[in-house]
Amino acid sequence: MEMMSVYSSLELDRAEGLAIDELIARSQQPIPDPDRWLEEERRPNVLITSVDAVLNWGRRSSVWPVNFGLACCAFEMIATAVSRFDIARFGMELFRASPRQADLMIVSGTLTWKMAPQLKRIYEQMPEPKWVLAMGVCAMSGGTFAGSYSVVPGVNRIVPVDVYVPGCPPRPEALLYGIGMLHQKIAKDSIAVKR
Amino acid sequence: MTTALSGQEVSRQIGERFPDAVLQSDEAAVVLRGESLLEVAQFLKATPGLEFDYLTSISGVDYLDYLEVVYHLTSMKNNHSLVLKVRCWDRDKPSLPSVVSLWRGADLQEREAYDLVGIAFSGHPNLKRILLWEGFEGHPLRRDYL
Repeated sequence: MEMMSVYSSLELDRAEGLAIDELIARSQQPIPDPDRWLEEERRPNVLITSVDAVLNWGRRSSVWPVNFGLACCAFEMIATAVSRFDIARFGMELFRASPRQADLMIVSGTLTWKMAPQLKRIYEQMPEPKWVLAMGVCAMSGGTFAGSYSVVPGVNRIVPVDVYVPGCPPRPEALLYGIGMLHQKIAKDSIAVKR
Repeated sequence: MTTALSGQEVSRQIGERFPDAVLQSDEAAVVLRGESLLEVAQFLKATPGLEFDYLTSISGVDYLDYLEVVYHLTSMKNNHSLVLKVRCWDRDKPSLPSVVSLWRGADLQEREAYDLVGIAFSGHPNLKRILLWEGFEGHPLRRDYL
């Protein structure tokens, strides 16, 4: 009987490499931020606005983030989650291990091209409505690694980003401020507007 | 605290057994000929009094004139350490013998040196890219990359 190899097969690696090369070719331009609808003129409608008010209150009061720590920013995110900064004050204490139970992806850290397909997959597995927060300059623009051979110059090449939180890494206060901005954004959402 | 052995002292011991193996040595390190790396490594691992049973790290370095691989060896038993260096002058096809057969921990680190500096380790059981993806062109930690 042939011994099973402890190493991954080269065919698998080649397929992965092809998928990454394809993603790089497709991701040369940033995806526009999903915020045009914020400026749109809205006709007041009693039914829609009252439904919106309840729905948006519910959505922004319990935004469940998916666990997506990539680099050093993840530790600031963890610090935000524990008792001193206490993200639970905003109904966000449930960091979900499964994207199917999450509303918000906090991309905390440097995204490499090798990790990019996985980020895209996790984003696609999240149910609508979903939001993305780019935490730290690496996630925003590639930061100090922009132009490097292996780093994605901003996660908005891969997924649309709702809120950008600058810093290297941002302090937990900065992340909480960014989450506050996201809450304001969700409050302006409407079922009558296509996102 | 682990004692760092003198490179000169160890190179004297190596020289008694393998007269042509050592290229140069100083207090900090022993520089070996590439082709004698494997037998000297075997000697360092097995000889009583040396017994380097643990490979701490492998690093690849580009000095433009040549590529160098640095092996940090430690003996758990005798609590001492040694730095081995091996050089490759052929930039186009740099090749060195793999030490995976002696220290299993060399597996991933030799792959990293292959991936980023482009040194091929002959005899490695699974020599392919580790950090970058398959199909990536070039070796980015070479100083002439880009």
